[in-house]
Amino acid sequence: MLRSPRLIPILLFALLAAVPLAGLFIRDGYLLSLFTRVMILAIAAISLDLILGFGALVSFGHAAFIGIGAYAMGILASHGQEGLLAGLVMALAASALFALITGAISLRTKGVYFIMITLAFGQMAFYTAASLRAYGGDDGLTVARRSLVFGSRLLENDRVFYYAVLASLIGVYLLCRMIVGSRFGRVLQGAKQNPQRMQAIGFNPYPYQLAAYVIAGMIGGFAGFLLANQTEFVSPAYMSWQRSGELIVMVIMGGIGSLHGAVIGAAAFLLLEEWLSGFTEHWKVIFGPMLVLIVLFMRGGILGFLARISGAKNG
Amino acid sequence: MAEPVLSLKGLRKNFGGLRVTDDVSLEVRPGEIHAVIGPNGAGKTTLIHQISGFLRPDAGQVFLGRRDVTRLAPEKRAQSGLARSFQITSILPAFTALENVALAVQARSGSSFRFFGKASGEAGLNSAAMAKLEEVGLSERAEVPAGVLSHGEKRALECAIALAMEPKVMLLDEPMAGAGHDEGQRLISLMQRLKAKIPMLLVEHDMDAVFRVADRVSVLVYGRIIATGAPDEIRADRAVREAYLGEEQATGDARHA
Ligand SMILES: Nc1ncnc2c1ncn2[C@@H]1O[C@H](COP(=O)(O)OP(=O)(O)O)[C@@H](O)[C@H]1O
Ligand SMILES: [Mg+2]
Repeated sequence: MLRSPRLIPILLFALLAAVPLAGLFIRDGYLLSLFTRVMILAIAAISLDLILGFGALVSFGHAAFIGIGAYAMGILASHGQEGLLAGLVMALAASALFALITGAISLRTKGVYFIMITLAFGQMAFYTAASLRAYGGDDGLTVARRSLVFGSRLLENDRVFYYAVLASLIGVYLLCRMIVGSRFGRVLQGAKQNPQRMQAIGFNPYPYQLAAYVIAGMIGGFAGFLLANQTEFVSPAYMSWQRSGELIVMVIMGGIGSLHGAVIGAAAFLLLEEWLSGFTEHWKVIFGPMLVLIVLFMRGGILGFLARISGAKNG
Repeated sequence: MAEPVLSLKGLRKNFGGLRVTDDVSLEVRPGEIHAVIGPNGAGKTTLIHQISGFLRPDAGQVFLGRRDVTRLAPEKRAQSGLARSFQITSILPAFTALENVALAVQARSGSSFRFFGKASGEAGLNSAAMAKLEEVGLSERAEVPAGVLSHGEKRALECAIALAMEPKVMLLDEPMAGAGHDEGQRLISLMQRLKAKIPMLLVEHDMDAVFRVADRVSVLVYGRIIATGAPDEIRADRAVREAYLGEEQATGDARHA
Protein backbone atom coordinates (compact mmCIF):
# COMPACT_ATOMS: atom_id res chain seq x y z
CA MET A 1 0.00 0.00 0.00
CA LEU A 2 2.76 2.40 0.97
CA ARG A 3 4.45 1.56 -2.30
CA SER A 4 2.06 3.78 -4.22
CA PRO A 5 4.06 6.97 -4.67
CA ARG A 6 1.03 9.25 -4.60
CA LEU A 7 -0.62 7.85 -1.53
CA ILE A 8 1.66 9.22 1.17
CA PRO A 9 1.57 12.86 0.03
CA ILE A 10 -2.22 12.73 -0.41
CA LEU A 11 -2.62 11.24 3.04
CA LEU A 12 -0.28 13.83 4.47
CA PHE A 13 -2.11 16.79 3.00
CA ALA A 14 -5.48 15.34 4.02
CA LEU A 15 -4.24 15.04 7.60
CA LEU A 16 -3.02 18.61 7.56
CA ALA A 17 -6.37 19.74 6.15
CA ALA A 18 -8.10 18.02 9.06
CA VAL A 19 -6.05 19.65 11.83
CA PRO A 20 -8.33 22.73 12.22
CA LEU A 21 -11.28 20.37 12.69
CA ALA A 22 -9.74 19.33 16.00
CA GLY A 23 -10.51 22.89 17.05
CA LEU A 24 -14.19 21.99 16.95
CA PHE A 25 -13.67 19.70 19.92
CA ILE A 26 -10.81 21.26 21.80
CA ARG A 27 -10.59 25.01 21.82
CA ASP A 28 -7.00 25.19 20.91
CA GLY A 29 -5.38 27.95 18.94
CA TYR A 30 -2.08 26.44 19.99
CA LEU A 31 -2.56 23.40 17.76
CA LEU A 32 -3.42 25.59 14.81
CA SER A 33 -0.40 27.78 15.28
CA LEU A 34 1.93 24.80 15.76
CA PHE A 35 0.79 23.17 12.54
CA THR A 36 0.88 26.44 10.63
CA ARG A 37 4.52 26.63 11.63
CA VAL A 38 5.06 22.99 10.61
CA MET A 39 3.70 23.72 7.15
CA ILE A 40 5.74 26.88 6.69
CA LEU A 41 8.96 25.10 7.59
CA ALA A 42 7.86 22.20 5.40
CA ILE A 43 7.78 24.61 2.48
CA ALA A 44 11.34 25.68 3.27
CA ALA A 45 12.41 22.05 3.72
CA ILE A 46 10.91 21.05 0.37
CA SER A 47 12.87 23.81 -1.32
CA LEU A 48 16.05 22.58 0.34
CA ASP A 49 15.26 19.02 -0.73
CA LEU A 50 15.00 20.25 -4.32
CA ILE A 51 18.70 21.17 -4.35
CA LEU A 52 19.95 18.78 -1.66
CA GLY A 53 18.04 15.64 -2.60
CA PHE A 54 17.94 16.14 -6.34
CA GLY A 55 21.09 18.14 -6.91
CA ALA A 56 23.38 17.00 -4.06
CA LEU A 57 23.96 20.66 -3.24
CA VAL A 58 24.46 20.68 0.51
CA SER A 59 23.53 24.27 1.30
CA PHE A 60 24.25 25.16 4.91
CA GLY A 61 22.78 28.61 4.53
CA HIS A 62 19.26 27.94 3.46
CA ALA A 63 17.71 29.69 6.47
CA ALA A 64 19.06 32.96 5.06
CA PHE A 65 16.30 32.84 2.48
CA ILE A 66 13.65 32.46 5.17
CA GLY A 67 15.11 35.53 6.84
CA ILE A 68 15.29 37.53 3.65
CA GLY A 69 11.67 36.75 2.79
CA ALA A 70 10.61 37.65 6.32
CA TYR A 71 12.55 40.93 6.38
CA ALA A 72 11.23 41.87 2.94
CA MET A 73 7.71 41.59 4.34
CA GLY A 74 8.57 43.29 7.64
CA ILE A 75 10.51 46.20 6.18
CA LEU A 76 7.88 46.94 3.55
CA ALA A 77 5.16 46.79 6.19
CA SER A 78 7.12 49.17 8.45
CA HIS A 79 6.99 51.67 5.60
CA GLY A 80 3.26 51.28 5.27
CA GLN A 81 3.29 48.86 2.36
CA GLU A 82 1.07 46.17 3.82
CA GLY A 83 -0.38 44.66 0.66
CA LEU A 84 -0.01 40.95 0.06
CA LEU A 85 1.17 41.33 -3.51
CA ALA A 86 3.80 43.95 -2.76
CA GLY A 87 5.22 41.92 0.13
CA LEU A 88 5.23 38.73 -1.86
CA VAL A 89 6.91 40.23 -4.89
CA MET A 90 9.52 41.89 -2.68
CA ALA A 91 10.21 38.66 -0.77
CA LEU A 92 10.61 36.65 -3.98
CA ALA A 93 12.72 39.28 -5.71
CA ALA A 94 15.07 39.79 -2.77
CA SER A 95 15.62 36.07 -2.22
CA ALA A 96 16.09 35.49 -5.94
CA LEU A 97 18.74 38.19 -6.10
CA PHE A 98 20.57 36.87 -3.04
CA ALA A 99 20.40 33.32 -4.44
CA LEU A 100 21.68 34.43 -7.82
CA ILE A 101 24.70 36.24 -6.41
CA THR A 102 25.66 33.76 -3.68
CA GLY A 103 24.82 30.77 -5.85
CA ALA A 104 26.92 32.01 -8.76
CA ILE A 105 29.90 32.14 -6.40
CA SER A 106 29.20 29.07 -4.23
CA LEU A 107 28.54 26.74 -7.15
CA ARG A 108 32.08 27.30 -8.40
CA THR A 109 33.18 25.20 -5.45
CA LYS A 110 32.47 21.57 -4.67
CA GLY A 111 31.87 19.32 -1.70
CA VAL A 112 32.87 20.60 1.70
CA TYR A 113 33.87 23.99 0.26
CA PHE A 114 30.34 24.45 -1.00
CA ILE A 115 29.01 23.71 2.48
CA MET A 116 31.43 26.20 4.03
CA ILE A 117 30.78 29.00 1.59
CA THR A 118 26.98 28.70 1.80
CA LEU A 119 27.37 28.74 5.58
CA ALA A 120 29.47 31.90 5.28
CA PHE A 121 26.91 33.64 3.10
CA GLY A 122 24.19 32.60 5.55
CA GLN A 123 26.14 34.15 8.42
CA MET A 124 26.69 37.25 6.37
CA ALA A 125 22.93 37.62 5.97
CA PHE A 126 22.48 36.98 9.70
CA TYR A 127 24.92 39.70 10.77
CA THR A 128 23.58 42.11 8.20
CA ALA A 129 20.08 41.70 9.62
CA ALA A 130 21.35 42.07 13.17
CA SER A 131 23.01 45.34 12.24
CA LEU A 132 19.85 46.88 10.78
CA ARG A 133 19.32 49.43 13.59
CA ALA A 134 16.36 51.00 11.82
CA TYR A 135 14.62 47.65 11.76
CA GLY A 136 15.21 46.48 15.30
CA GLY A 137 18.76 45.17 15.00
CA ASP A 138 19.35 42.18 17.26
CA ASP A 139 15.90 42.46 18.77
CA GLY A 140 14.05 42.11 15.53
CA LEU A 141 11.09 43.91 14.15
CA THR A 142 7.44 43.68 15.10
CA VAL A 143 4.98 43.75 12.23
CA ALA A 144 1.71 45.53 12.89
CA ARG A 145 -0.53 43.06 11.11
CA ARG A 146 -0.65 40.36 8.50
CA SER A 147 -0.54 41.24 4.82
CA LEU A 148 -3.70 42.78 3.46
CA VAL A 149 -5.53 40.95 0.70
CA PHE A 150 -6.80 43.77 -1.52
CA GLY A 151 -7.14 45.90 1.57
CA SER A 152 -8.97 43.29 3.62
CA ARG A 153 -7.73 41.70 6.85
CA LEU A 154 -8.75 38.26 5.73
CA LEU A 155 -5.53 36.60 6.86
CA GLU A 156 -5.93 37.82 10.45
CA ASN A 157 -8.28 34.89 10.91
CA ASP A 158 -6.00 32.03 12.00
CA ARG A 159 -8.09 29.43 10.31
CA VAL A 160 -8.11 31.27 7.00
CA PHE A 161 -4.40 31.79 7.34
CA TYR A 162 -3.92 28.10 8.09
CA TYR A 163 -5.65 27.05 4.88
CA ALA A 164 -3.80 29.70 2.90
CA VAL A 165 -0.54 28.18 4.13
CA LEU A 166 -1.78 24.67 3.37
CA ALA A 167 -2.68 25.72 -0.17
CA SER A 168 0.78 27.26 -0.49
CA LEU A 169 2.40 24.05 0.72
CA ILE A 170 0.48 21.93 -1.76
CA GLY A 171 1.25 24.41 -4.52
CA VAL A 172 4.97 24.38 -3.73
CA TYR A 173 4.96 20.61 -3.52
CA LEU A 174 3.29 20.22 -6.91
CA LEU A 175 5.58 22.81 -8.45
CA CYS A 176 8.69 21.00 -7.22
CA ARG A 177 7.30 17.62 -8.22
CA MET A 178 6.79 19.02 -11.72
CA ILE A 179 10.28 20.49 -11.87
CA VAL A 180 11.86 17.23 -10.75
CA GLY A 181 10.14 15.27 -13.50
CA SER A 182 10.85 17.80 -16.23
CA ARG A 183 13.74 17.96 -18.68
CA PHE A 184 15.39 20.41 -16.33
CA GLY A 185 14.91 18.05 -13.39
CA ARG A 186 16.56 15.24 -15.28
CA VAL A 187 19.62 17.33 -15.98
CA LEU A 188 19.79 18.38 -12.33
CA GLN A 189 19.60 14.77 -11.14
CA GLY A 190 22.07 13.65 -13.78
CA ALA A 191 24.56 16.23 -12.55
CA LYS A 192 24.07 14.93 -9.03
CA GLN A 193 24.82 11.35 -10.03
CA ASN A 194 27.73 11.93 -12.36
CA PRO A 195 28.77 15.41 -13.51
CA GLN A 196 31.51 14.01 -15.73
CA ARG A 197 29.02 11.90 -17.67
CA MET A 198 26.78 14.93 -18.08
CA GLN A 199 29.63 16.94 -19.57
CA ALA A 200 30.48 14.09 -21.90
CA ILE A 201 26.98 14.16 -23.37
CA GLY A 202 27.00 17.93 -23.71
CA PHE A 203 25.62 19.40 -20.48
CA ASN A 204 27.43 21.93 -18.34
CA PRO A 205 25.87 21.35 -14.90
CA TYR A 206 26.54 24.87 -13.64
CA PRO A 207 23.66 26.88 -15.18
CA TYR A 208 21.18 24.17 -14.25
CA GLN A 209 22.43 24.03 -10.69
CA LEU A 210 22.33 27.81 -10.45
CA ALA A 211 18.75 27.91 -11.72
CA ALA A 212 17.76 25.25 -9.17
CA TYR A 213 19.52 27.21 -6.44
CA VAL A 214 17.58 30.36 -7.34
CA ILE A 215 14.26 28.50 -7.45
CA ALA A 216 14.96 26.92 -4.06
CA GLY A 217 16.01 30.29 -2.65
CA MET A 218 12.82 31.93 -3.84
CA ILE A 219 10.68 29.22 -2.28
CA GLY A 220 12.69 29.64 0.92
CA GLY A 221 11.98 33.37 0.74
CA PHE A 222 8.31 32.59 0.26
CA ALA A 223 8.37 30.50 3.44
CA GLY A 224 9.97 33.45 5.23
CA PHE A 225 7.24 35.75 3.98
CA LEU A 226 4.64 33.37 5.42
CA LEU A 227 6.55 33.07 8.70
CA ALA A 228 6.65 36.84 9.15
CA ASN A 229 2.92 36.86 8.53
CA GLN A 230 2.23 34.14 11.02
CA THR A 231 4.30 35.47 13.89
CA GLU A 232 3.92 39.16 12.98
CA PHE A 233 7.54 39.39 13.95
CA VAL A 234 10.86 39.28 12.14
CA SER A 235 14.23 38.55 13.70
CA PRO A 236 17.82 37.72 12.73
CA ALA A 237 17.34 34.43 14.60
CA TYR A 238 15.33 33.19 11.61
CA MET A 239 18.55 32.93 9.66
CA SER A 240 21.04 31.64 12.19
CA TRP A 241 23.19 28.73 11.09
CA GLN A 242 21.36 26.51 13.56
CA ARG A 243 18.19 27.11 11.58
CA SER A 244 19.97 26.09 8.39
CA GLY A 245 21.19 22.96 10.12
CA GLU A 246 17.68 22.18 11.32
CA LEU A 247 16.37 22.37 7.76
CA ILE A 248 18.99 19.82 6.67
CA VAL A 249 18.02 17.56 9.57
CA MET A 250 14.33 17.82 8.61
CA VAL A 251 15.07 16.78 5.04
CA ILE A 252 17.24 13.84 6.06
CA MET A 253 14.92 12.80 8.87
CA GLY A 254 11.87 12.65 6.61
CA GLY A 255 13.59 10.97 3.69
CA ILE A 256 15.85 12.86 1.33
CA GLY A 257 15.04 13.23 -2.37
CA SER A 258 11.31 12.61 -2.17
CA LEU A 259 9.89 16.12 -1.52
CA HIS A 260 7.06 14.86 0.71
CA GLY A 261 9.72 13.39 3.00
CA ALA A 262 10.65 16.99 3.76
CA VAL A 263 7.08 17.62 4.95
CA ILE A 264 7.22 14.55 7.19
CA GLY A 265 10.62 15.62 8.46
CA ALA A 266 9.48 19.14 9.29
CA ALA A 267 6.45 17.77 11.14
CA ALA A 268 8.46 15.14 13.02
CA PHE A 269 11.13 17.66 13.96
CA LEU A 270 8.81 20.35 15.29
CA LEU A 271 6.42 17.96 17.04
CA LEU A 272 9.28 16.13 18.70
CA GLU A 273 10.76 19.44 19.80
CA GLU A 274 7.38 20.55 21.14
CA TRP A 275 6.76 17.31 22.96
CA LEU A 276 10.20 17.06 24.54
CA SER A 277 10.25 20.69 25.65
CA GLY A 278 6.88 20.03 27.27
CA PHE A 279 8.15 17.71 29.96
CA THR A 280 11.68 18.82 30.71
CA GLU A 281 13.55 22.06 30.44
CA HIS A 282 16.72 20.16 29.53
CA TRP A 283 15.06 18.81 26.41
CA LYS A 284 17.89 19.91 24.15
CA VAL A 285 20.19 17.40 25.85
CA ILE A 286 17.83 14.64 24.70
CA PHE A 287 16.81 16.15 21.39
CA GLY A 288 20.30 16.57 19.96
CA PRO A 289 21.51 12.99 20.43
CA MET A 290 18.08 11.72 19.38
CA LEU A 291 18.37 13.50 16.04
CA VAL A 292 21.85 12.12 15.52
CA LEU A 293 20.58 8.59 16.18
CA ILE A 294 17.60 8.99 13.86
CA VAL A 295 19.74 10.34 11.05
CA LEU A 296 22.38 7.65 11.55
CA PHE A 297 20.19 4.61 11.98
CA MET A 298 17.05 5.29 10.01
CA ARG A 299 18.47 4.96 6.54
CA GLY A 300 16.22 6.76 4.09
CA GLY A 301 14.65 8.62 7.02
CA ILE A 302 11.08 8.05 8.15
CA LEU A 303 9.96 7.32 4.57
CA GLY A 304 12.66 4.69 4.19
CA PHE A 305 11.58 3.16 7.48
CA LEU A 306 7.93 3.06 6.36
CA ALA A 307 8.92 1.48 3.06
CA ARG A 308 10.91 -1.20 4.87
CA ILE A 309 8.15 -2.20 7.25
CA SER A 310 5.54 -2.24 4.50
CA GLY A 311 7.95 -4.25 2.34
CA ALA A 312 8.50 -6.71 5.18
CA LYS A 313 4.75 -7.14 5.55
CA ASN A 314 4.16 -7.72 1.86
CA GLY A 315 7.11 -10.01 1.29
CA MET B 1 42.30 12.07 -49.45
CA ALA B 2 39.20 12.95 -47.43
CA GLU B 3 39.69 15.46 -44.68
CA PRO B 4 40.20 13.97 -41.23
CA VAL B 5 37.30 14.29 -38.80
CA LEU B 6 39.69 14.51 -35.88
CA SER B 7 43.32 15.53 -35.81
CA LEU B 8 45.85 16.00 -33.06
CA LYS B 9 48.88 18.18 -33.67
CA GLY B 10 51.91 17.99 -31.43
CA LEU B 11 50.00 17.27 -28.23
CA ARG B 12 52.08 17.34 -25.04
CA LYS B 13 51.21 16.77 -21.42
CA ASN B 14 53.34 16.42 -18.30
CA PHE B 15 52.27 15.34 -14.85
CA GLY B 16 55.00 16.94 -12.77
CA GLY B 17 58.18 15.48 -14.19
CA LEU B 18 56.37 12.63 -15.91
CA ARG B 19 55.87 13.08 -19.65
CA VAL B 20 52.57 11.35 -20.37
CA THR B 21 51.86 12.73 -23.82
CA ASP B 22 54.91 13.41 -25.91
CA ASP B 23 54.40 15.21 -29.19
CA VAL B 24 51.43 13.13 -30.29
CA SER B 25 50.01 13.81 -33.74
CA LEU B 26 47.42 11.57 -35.35
CA GLU B 27 44.30 11.66 -37.45
CA VAL B 28 41.01 9.87 -37.64
CA ARG B 29 39.64 9.87 -41.18
CA PRO B 30 36.08 9.37 -42.34
CA GLY B 31 35.00 5.77 -42.33
CA GLU B 32 37.93 4.40 -40.35
CA ILE B 33 38.64 2.90 -37.00
CA HIS B 34 41.97 4.17 -35.78
CA ALA B 35 43.20 2.08 -32.87
CA VAL B 36 45.71 3.20 -30.28
CA ILE B 37 47.47 0.41 -28.48
CA GLY B 38 50.14 0.52 -25.85
CA PRO B 39 51.10 -1.00 -22.53
CA ASN B 40 49.47 0.04 -19.28
CA GLY B 41 50.51 3.52 -18.27
CA ALA B 42 51.49 4.47 -21.82
CA GLY B 43 49.20 7.49 -21.65
CA LYS B 44 46.20 6.30 -23.66
CA THR B 45 43.52 7.44 -21.23
CA THR B 46 45.30 10.75 -20.68
CA LEU B 47 45.25 11.24 -24.44
CA ILE B 48 41.49 10.59 -24.61
CA HIS B 49 40.94 13.07 -21.76
CA GLN B 50 42.82 15.75 -23.70
CA ILE B 51 40.91 15.11 -26.90
CA SER B 52 37.56 15.24 -25.11
CA GLY B 53 38.48 18.29 -23.04
CA PHE B 54 38.63 16.81 -19.54
CA LEU B 55 42.35 17.59 -19.41
CA ARG B 56 44.12 20.55 -20.96
CA PRO B 57 47.27 19.75 -22.95
CA ASP B 58 50.43 21.72 -22.15
CA ALA B 59 51.02 22.25 -25.86
CA GLY B 60 49.58 21.24 -29.21
CA GLN B 61 46.15 21.37 -30.75
CA VAL B 62 43.02 19.32 -31.22
CA PHE B 63 40.92 19.81 -34.35
CA LEU B 64 37.38 18.59 -34.92
CA GLY B 65 37.19 18.77 -38.68
CA ARG B 66 38.82 22.11 -39.33
CA ARG B 67 37.78 23.64 -36.06
CA ASP B 68 40.37 24.14 -33.34
CA VAL B 69 38.69 22.89 -30.16
CA THR B 70 41.79 22.86 -27.95
CA ARG B 71 40.38 25.45 -25.55
CA LEU B 72 36.77 24.25 -25.62
CA ALA B 73 35.05 22.79 -22.52
CA PRO B 74 34.10 19.10 -22.70
CA GLU B 75 30.38 19.80 -23.04
CA LYS B 76 31.05 22.18 -25.94
CA ARG B 77 33.09 19.50 -27.71
CA ALA B 78 30.29 17.02 -27.10
CA GLN B 79 27.82 19.46 -28.64
CA SER B 80 30.13 19.78 -31.63
CA GLY B 81 29.93 16.06 -32.29
CA LEU B 82 32.59 14.41 -30.18
CA ALA B 83 31.39 11.43 -28.15
CA ARG B 84 33.47 9.35 -25.77
CA SER B 85 33.26 6.37 -23.48
CA PHE B 86 35.21 6.02 -20.26
CA GLN B 87 37.67 3.31 -19.27
CA ILE B 88 36.03 3.22 -15.87
CA THR B 89 32.35 2.86 -16.65
CA SER B 90 30.59 6.19 -16.31
CA ILE B 91 26.80 6.11 -16.31
CA LEU B 92 23.95 7.60 -14.29
CA PRO B 93 23.32 4.72 -11.87
CA ALA B 94 19.95 5.81 -10.45
CA PHE B 95 18.41 6.32 -13.88
CA THR B 96 17.15 3.46 -16.00
CA ALA B 97 19.09 2.43 -19.09
CA LEU B 98 16.44 4.16 -21.18
CA GLU B 99 16.69 7.39 -19.16
CA ASN B 100 20.47 7.37 -19.52
CA VAL B 101 20.16 7.31 -23.29
CA ALA B 102 17.14 9.63 -23.42
CA LEU B 103 19.16 12.29 -21.61
CA ALA B 104 21.79 12.13 -24.34
CA VAL B 105 19.03 12.53 -26.92
CA GLN B 106 17.63 15.45 -24.93
CA ALA B 107 21.04 17.14 -25.03
CA ARG B 108 20.78 17.68 -28.77
CA SER B 109 17.05 18.18 -29.20
CA GLY B 110 15.72 21.45 -27.92
CA SER B 111 16.26 23.36 -24.69
CA SER B 112 16.67 21.61 -21.36
CA PHE B 113 15.54 24.71 -19.49
CA ARG B 114 12.03 23.32 -19.54
CA PHE B 115 10.56 23.11 -16.08
CA PHE B 116 7.16 21.70 -16.95
CA GLY B 117 6.06 18.62 -18.78
CA LYS B 118 7.24 15.15 -17.87
CA ALA B 119 10.50 14.28 -19.61
CA SER B 120 9.67 10.59 -19.20
CA GLY B 121 6.52 11.15 -21.25
CA GLU B 122 8.29 12.62 -24.28
CA ALA B 123 7.77 10.05 -27.01
CA GLY B 124 10.44 11.65 -29.18
CA LEU B 125 13.15 11.17 -26.56
CA ASN B 126 12.05 7.66 -25.65
CA SER B 127 11.76 6.25 -29.13
CA ALA B 128 15.13 7.62 -30.20
CA ALA B 129 16.69 6.24 -27.01
CA MET B 130 15.03 2.87 -27.50
CA ALA B 131 16.41 2.63 -31.03
CA LYS B 132 19.95 3.08 -29.68
CA LEU B 133 19.40 0.50 -26.96
CA GLU B 134 18.26 -1.94 -29.64
CA GLU B 135 21.38 -1.21 -31.62
CA VAL B 136 23.58 -2.38 -28.76
CA GLY B 137 21.27 -5.25 -27.77
CA LEU B 138 19.99 -3.73 -24.53
CA SER B 139 16.35 -3.03 -25.38
CA GLU B 140 15.11 -5.71 -23.04
CA ARG B 141 16.91 -4.05 -20.15
CA ALA B 142 15.55 -0.58 -20.92
CA GLU B 143 13.65 -0.18 -17.65
CA VAL B 144 16.39 -1.52 -15.39
CA PRO B 145 18.28 1.02 -13.25
CA ALA B 146 21.66 1.40 -14.90
CA GLY B 147 23.45 0.85 -11.60
CA VAL B 148 22.34 -2.78 -11.38
CA LEU B 149 23.21 -3.76 -14.96
CA SER B 150 26.04 -6.26 -15.39
CA HIS B 151 29.46 -4.88 -16.20
CA GLY B 152 29.19 -5.86 -19.85
CA GLU B 153 25.73 -4.33 -20.10
CA LYS B 154 27.05 -1.09 -18.68
CA ARG B 155 29.75 -1.02 -21.36
CA ALA B 156 27.06 -1.53 -23.99
CA LEU B 157 24.97 1.21 -22.38
CA GLU B 158 27.88 3.62 -22.68
CA CYS B 159 28.00 2.85 -26.38
CA ALA B 160 24.26 3.49 -26.70
CA ILE B 161 24.69 6.83 -24.92
CA ALA B 162 27.51 7.78 -27.28
CA LEU B 163 25.43 6.74 -30.30
CA ALA B 164 22.48 8.79 -29.09
CA MET B 165 24.64 11.88 -29.40
CA GLU B 166 24.75 11.25 -33.18
CA PRO B 167 28.44 12.12 -33.06
CA LYS B 168 30.81 12.93 -35.88
CA VAL B 169 33.54 10.94 -34.21
CA MET B 170 33.70 8.60 -31.24
CA LEU B 171 36.49 7.97 -28.72
CA LEU B 172 36.32 4.58 -27.05
CA ASP B 173 38.56 3.88 -24.05
CA GLU B 174 38.90 0.10 -23.77
CA PRO B 175 35.23 -0.65 -24.48
CA MET B 176 35.88 -4.39 -24.40
CA ALA B 177 37.60 -4.48 -21.02
CA GLY B 178 35.72 -6.74 -18.65
CA ALA B 179 32.99 -7.60 -21.15
CA GLY B 180 32.17 -11.26 -21.67
CA HIS B 181 33.00 -13.08 -24.89
CA ASP B 182 29.57 -12.70 -26.47
CA GLU B 183 29.33 -9.07 -25.45
CA GLY B 184 32.78 -8.47 -26.90
CA GLN B 185 31.74 -10.06 -30.19
CA ARG B 186 28.62 -7.95 -30.30
CA LEU B 187 30.66 -4.79 -29.72
CA ILE B 188 33.07 -5.70 -32.48
CA SER B 189 30.33 -6.25 -35.02
CA LEU B 190 28.65 -3.04 -33.86
CA MET B 191 31.86 -1.09 -34.47
CA GLN B 192 32.25 -2.63 -37.89
CA ARG B 193 28.69 -1.75 -38.76
CA LEU B 194 29.00 1.82 -37.51
CA LYS B 195 32.38 2.93 -38.69
CA ALA B 196 31.20 4.04 -42.14
CA LYS B 197 28.90 6.50 -40.41
CA ILE B 198 30.90 7.26 -37.27
CA PRO B 199 34.67 7.04 -37.44
CA MET B 200 36.31 6.02 -34.19
CA LEU B 201 39.45 6.35 -32.17
CA LEU B 202 39.67 3.08 -30.32
CA VAL B 203 41.91 2.47 -27.34
CA GLU B 204 41.94 -1.22 -26.67
CA HIS B 205 43.93 -3.84 -24.86
CA ASP B 206 42.43 -6.87 -26.59
CA MET B 207 44.89 -7.39 -29.48
CA ASP B 208 42.70 -9.85 -31.37
CA ALA B 209 39.90 -7.34 -31.43
CA VAL B 210 42.18 -4.49 -32.45
CA PHE B 211 43.66 -6.36 -35.38
CA ARG B 212 40.23 -7.45 -36.52
CA VAL B 213 38.43 -4.12 -36.49
CA ALA B 214 41.08 -1.44 -36.89
CA ASP B 215 41.90 0.10 -40.25
CA ARG B 216 44.98 1.73 -38.83
CA VAL B 217 46.86 1.21 -35.62
CA SER B 218 49.10 3.60 -33.68
CA VAL B 219 51.41 2.30 -31.01
CA LEU B 220 51.89 4.48 -27.95
CA VAL B 221 54.82 3.85 -25.63
CA TYR B 222 55.74 6.23 -22.80
CA GLY B 223 53.44 8.84 -24.27
CA ARG B 224 55.08 8.75 -27.68
CA ILE B 225 53.72 7.23 -30.89
CA ILE B 226 56.42 4.88 -32.14
CA ALA B 227 54.56 3.59 -35.20
CA THR B 228 51.37 4.09 -37.19
CA GLY B 229 50.18 1.81 -39.97
CA ALA B 230 47.86 -0.87 -41.21
CA PRO B 231 47.40 -3.77 -38.76
CA ASP B 232 49.66 -6.06 -40.78
CA GLU B 233 52.46 -3.51 -40.90
CA ILE B 234 52.23 -2.99 -37.16
CA ARG B 235 52.31 -6.70 -36.49
CA ALA B 236 55.46 -6.95 -38.57
CA ASP B 237 57.18 -3.86 -37.15
CA ARG B 238 60.26 -4.80 -35.18
CA ALA B 239 60.31 -1.82 -32.87
CA VAL B 240 56.71 -2.48 -31.99
CA ARG B 241 57.29 -6.14 -31.31
CA GLU B 242 60.13 -5.33 -29.00
CA ALA B 243 58.39 -2.54 -27.22
CA TYR B 244 55.03 -4.05 -26.84
CA LEU B 245 53.73 -7.04 -28.77
CA GLY B 246 56.53 -9.37 -27.73
CA GLU B 247 55.86 -8.67 -24.14
CA GLU B 248 52.11 -9.04 -24.66
CA GLN B 249 52.51 -12.35 -26.45
CA ALA B 250 54.81 -13.65 -23.80
CA THR B 251 52.33 -12.88 -21.05
CA GLY B 252 49.52 -14.13 -23.28
CA ASP B 253 51.27 -17.47 -23.74
CA ALA B 254 52.00 -17.68 -20.06
CA ARG B 255 48.33 -17.23 -19.35
CA HIS B 256 47.33 -19.98 -21.75
CA ALA B 257 49.91 -22.41 -20.37
N1 LIG C 1 46.01 12.92 -12.77
C1 LIG C 1 47.23 12.35 -12.84
N2 LIG C 1 48.24 12.86 -12.10
C2 LIG C 1 49.47 12.30 -12.18
N3 LIG C 1 49.78 11.24 -12.93
C3 LIG C 1 48.81 10.68 -13.68
C4 LIG C 1 47.48 11.20 -13.67
N4 LIG C 1 46.72 10.46 -14.51
C5 LIG C 1 47.54 9.51 -15.02
N5 LIG C 1 48.80 9.64 -14.54
C6 LIG C 1 49.94 8.83 -14.92
O1 LIG C 1 50.13 9.01 -16.30
C7 LIG C 1 50.52 7.80 -16.90
C8 LIG C 1 49.59 7.43 -18.02
O2 LIG C 1 48.34 7.07 -17.49
P1 LIG C 1 47.12 6.63 -18.43
O3 LIG C 1 46.89 7.68 -19.43
O4 LIG C 1 46.00 6.27 -17.55
O5 LIG C 1 47.69 5.34 -19.14
P2 LIG C 1 46.93 4.18 -19.93
O6 LIG C 1 45.53 4.59 -20.14
O7 LIG C 1 47.69 4.06 -21.20
O8 LIG C 1 47.04 2.96 -19.11
C9 LIG C 1 50.59 6.75 -15.80
O9 LIG C 1 51.90 6.65 -15.38
C10 LIG C 1 49.73 7.36 -14.72
O10 LIG C 1 50.16 6.93 -13.45
MG1 LIG D 1 43.77 3.72 -19.62
